[in-house]
Amino acid sequence: MIRVRLPAHLRTLAHLEGEVQLQVVGQATQRAVLDALETRYPVLRGTIRDHVTHQRRAFVRFFACEQDLSHELPDTPLPHEVVTGTEPFLIVGAMAGG
Amino acid sequence: MTGVRVLVGTRKGAFVLTSDAKRQRWDVSGPHFAGWEIYHVTGSPADSDRLYAAQSSGWFGQVIQRSDDGGQTWAPVGNQFSYDGVPGTHQWYDGTPHPWEFARVWHLEPLLTDPDTVYAGVEDAALFRSIDGGQTWQELSGLRDHDSGSSWQPGAGGMCLHTILQHPTDPGRILVAISSAGVFRTDDTGKTWRPTNRGLRSEQIPDPVAEVGHCVHRLAMHPSRPNVLFMQKHWDVMRSDDAGESWQEISGDLPTDFGFPIAVHAHEPDTVYVVPIKSDSEHYPPEGKLRVYRSRTGGHEWEPLTKGLPQHDCYVNVLRDAMAVDSLDSCGIYFGTTGGQVYASADAGDSWAPIVRDLPSVLSVEVQTLP
Repeated sequence: MIRVRLPAHLRTLAHLEGEVQLQVVGQATQRAVLDALETRYPVLRGTIRDHVTHQRRAFVRFFACEQDLSHELPDTPLPHEVVTGTEPFLIVGAMAGG
Repeated sequence: MTGVRVLVGTRKGAFVLTSDAKRQRWDVSGPHFAGWEIYHVTGSPADSDRLYAAQSSGWFGQVIQRSDDGGQTWAPVGNQFSYDGVPGTHQWYDGTPHPWEFARVWHLEPLLTDPDTVYAGVEDAALFRSIDGGQTWQELSGLRDHDSGSSWQPGAGGMCLHTILQHPTDPGRILVAISSAGVFRTDDTGKTWRPTNRGLRSEQIPDPVAEVGHCVHRLAMHPSRPNVLFMQKHWDVMRSDDAGESWQEISGDLPTDFGFPIAVHAHEPDTVYVVPIKSDSEHYPPEGKLRVYRSRTGGHEWEPLTKGLPQHDCYVNVLRDAMAVDSLDSCGIYFGTTGGQVYASADAGDSWAPIVRDLPSVLSVEVQTLP
């Protein structure tokens, strides 16, 4: 079970509290996790990545295991600790502004 | 009981202000969608319980919210705004070609006769329409496909389609305004468009009387006289008596003819309101005095309305979508400021009082007159 932690604005939008736990079929990658997340919460479509190109929105970041995975290719396997649920996959609104 | 519902979009959420017909005591609810920019909240003319809100964020993009109970509860609907076909390019600030990119919805305009049909004016400038209550959106690409489209340039606030006017009886006729391309009109429900900017003069562009390229800030129309249009341009207040075929300046004795919003009295088609702003580089009222100006002659002659408005040390702005009128017997006028005040007048502008003073910066104000 993969644990996903969302920023507060997206938790509010999706009417959820705490982490999301997702069962991902096949290899656990960013794409697979986001596909599963958007399937469960269609309201999140377009808020993390583009509807059509699936390109990550510029001010959204993906962190896990104290690493920035934002620039990894979407089909790169996620770290073992994320796959096993030891560590969460963090979707973060980038720090911006003053 | 008859009353009004004022829908306020701010930089950090939406607020709903309600009152009975006296418009003296107000109930304030919100913030709805706290922390998000709400460029516009509006209601359906065909069903006052149906509301739409344009919610956006630089981080998480566009969300459209819909309420079916007058703003008590909301639910997100469709947020996919995909340009039709290969989008192509428009001009960037430096004159180079720039790909058309969706940034946000600026303005929502429900059809006069159907709460499920709603137009959306977006940045980069385009017009979208939903016929299923906001679940899905299709571009009316004839506008952007106009021969001039590749030459459109953004204004300082982005290249936004911010005004959508529907003819009250001819559903085929729609006017839109784009900063900074100008006014465009369709007579076939959006299939084809042509610019209607003759008479506009803008010294800030290479050809001051060009067919397109004018920074139109806002249009207003009285439904009883749809061929008469009023415009607040970047500089100049303008009027057309032929549905936009030609424009004449009516700035008259205004202290400055720069500004953003313009509105028409609900029962007097020649009574017009503007909020003069000092200049395009100093976005606040002249002399630190917040004054609404009213013309009861369709322009040229203007009177300052000051009673109840701050007359010293006031340096707020009133944005283009932040002024509206109700249709009660004594017409109510409302506007919001970048300082977070929403002012109301229940006597057509003769006197004013703040409904709220300390909201986030106000982006839009709409009013519903409730049965």
